[in-house]
Amino acid sequence: MELSVMMGILLDGLQLTIAIFFVTLAGALPLGVFVALARMSRFKPLSLLAQLYISILRGTPLMLQLMAIMFGPYYLFGLNMGSDWKFGACAIGFILNYAAYFAEIYRSGIQSIPRGQYEAASVLGYTKSQTFMKIVLPQVIKRILPAMGNEVITLVKDTSLAFVLGIMEMFNAAKALAAREVSMIPYAIAALIYWIFCLAIEFIMNKIEKKMDYYHD
Amino acid sequence: MTNAVVTLDNARKAFGKNEVLKDISLTVNRGDVLAIIGPSGGGKSTLLRCMTLLETLDGGSLAYGDLAVCTDEGGRAVYGSKEVLAKAKTRFGLVFQNFNLFPHYTVMKNITDPLICVQKMPREQAEARAVELLGKMGLSGKEAMVPCELSGGQQQRVAIARALAMNPDVLFFDEPTSALDPELTREVLRVIRDLANEHMTMVIVTHEMSFARDVADQLIFMDGGVIVEQGPASQVINSPAHERTRAFLSNYTQG
Repeated sequence: MELSVMMGILLDGLQLTIAIFFVTLAGALPLGVFVALARMSRFKPLSLLAQLYISILRGTPLMLQLMAIMFGPYYLFGLNMGSDWKFGACAIGFILNYAAYFAEIYRSGIQSIPRGQYEAASVLGYTKSQTFMKIVLPQVIKRILPAMGNEVITLVKDTSLAFVLGIMEMFNAAKALAAREVSMIPYAIAALIYWIFCLAIEFIMNKIEKKMDYYHD
Repeated sequence: MTNAVVTLDNARKAFGKNEVLKDISLTVNRGDVLAIIGPSGGGKSTLLRCMTLLETLDGGSLAYGDLAVCTDEGGRAVYGSKEVLAKAKTRFGLVFQNFNLFPHYTVMKNITDPLICVQKMPREQAEARAVELLGKMGLSGKEAMVPCELSGGQQQRVAIARALAMNPDVLFFDEPTSALDPELTREVLRVIRDLANEHMTMVIVTHEMSFARDVADQLIFMDGGVIVEQGPASQVINSPAHERTRAFLSNYTQG
């Protein structure tokens, strides 16, 4: 097989990889906020529930979670979800899993903001939501950027776990090509593409960090 | 109709079993400069934090002018509605020991954002007021800087400008110079002295005895959650009536 054909198949896989990546971010970034807020809630049952959620999703392999969501409906309820369910299962699994990690990053950021910031805002008459949106959140974002960058880069590579659901993302494509061609070249190319993907993310994260570097505290 | 800007009656506050404020009453009249001194843990900061609504009283009443913030009902402090508390916050300002400027905002925005966001003042008007106050604080030309580019003394003067911009009836200071070296302390004290000369109503918790004597009209010595001694500032500092006050003041070399 020609290299260009191989590249074509891998790049087709890359499209799915990118789709998983962005769908996960779109779902998990906001969901994580709610999980973090629940985790910090003064209402104990809610906080405990959020802790349990975070503990289970961080404490079991993502690959197992994907399989549970994929096959759970059938084995638990006898439901036939149809052949496209694997994409739904994949999206749900990734979003739920990453929301748990993001929630803990958000929490660490929010809790690192000194009390004095809240007190100054309170005395000046800011409402609770104004205080959070205008005073706390911008400072949280700066503080959590490095941790978020780390997590997002992990996500790039975790997308390869979708192969257990039979989704033809880039890793699965490389695996199929390697088997057919009896060659390691497809894996090498896939690795290179993953790395380039991550380089792009590093570049963007550096830009954002630079932009927020106008102050320190 | 009295001249009282703040009235606190029979204020009580405990953290668990630790009674921090035991039946404190005080009145601050328009134009008064009241200094509060005393050893650490004596309840000075808690008193200030209760008066600025950062802590809630267990018992007693608090009023800003004719606005009752909390009233004593059967020995329990009952606070007014959210609207009442919001209104009360327009009547006082607080300057913190560690400034608590917003680090991600420029000097200008630290002052204008509360005006625009809380008082709904038009931006041009807010900026004009900020420029004027910064000039008064000796900080002209620093508008575009962020707090971390300023010295501690400059940051504290921005914090004073931020509080003054809200046009409060009374300004509270919680040990405003404790985080500063002597030179920076001097520039902050000069600004507070200027405000006193303009008859700004102020309540200042401080360890600067000579400053308290020079600037304050009234002085309160607090220890163990009670007001031990109260009177004209120079009288309390120069000839304290109570043994406890004398013992405390003897720690300071009079200057």
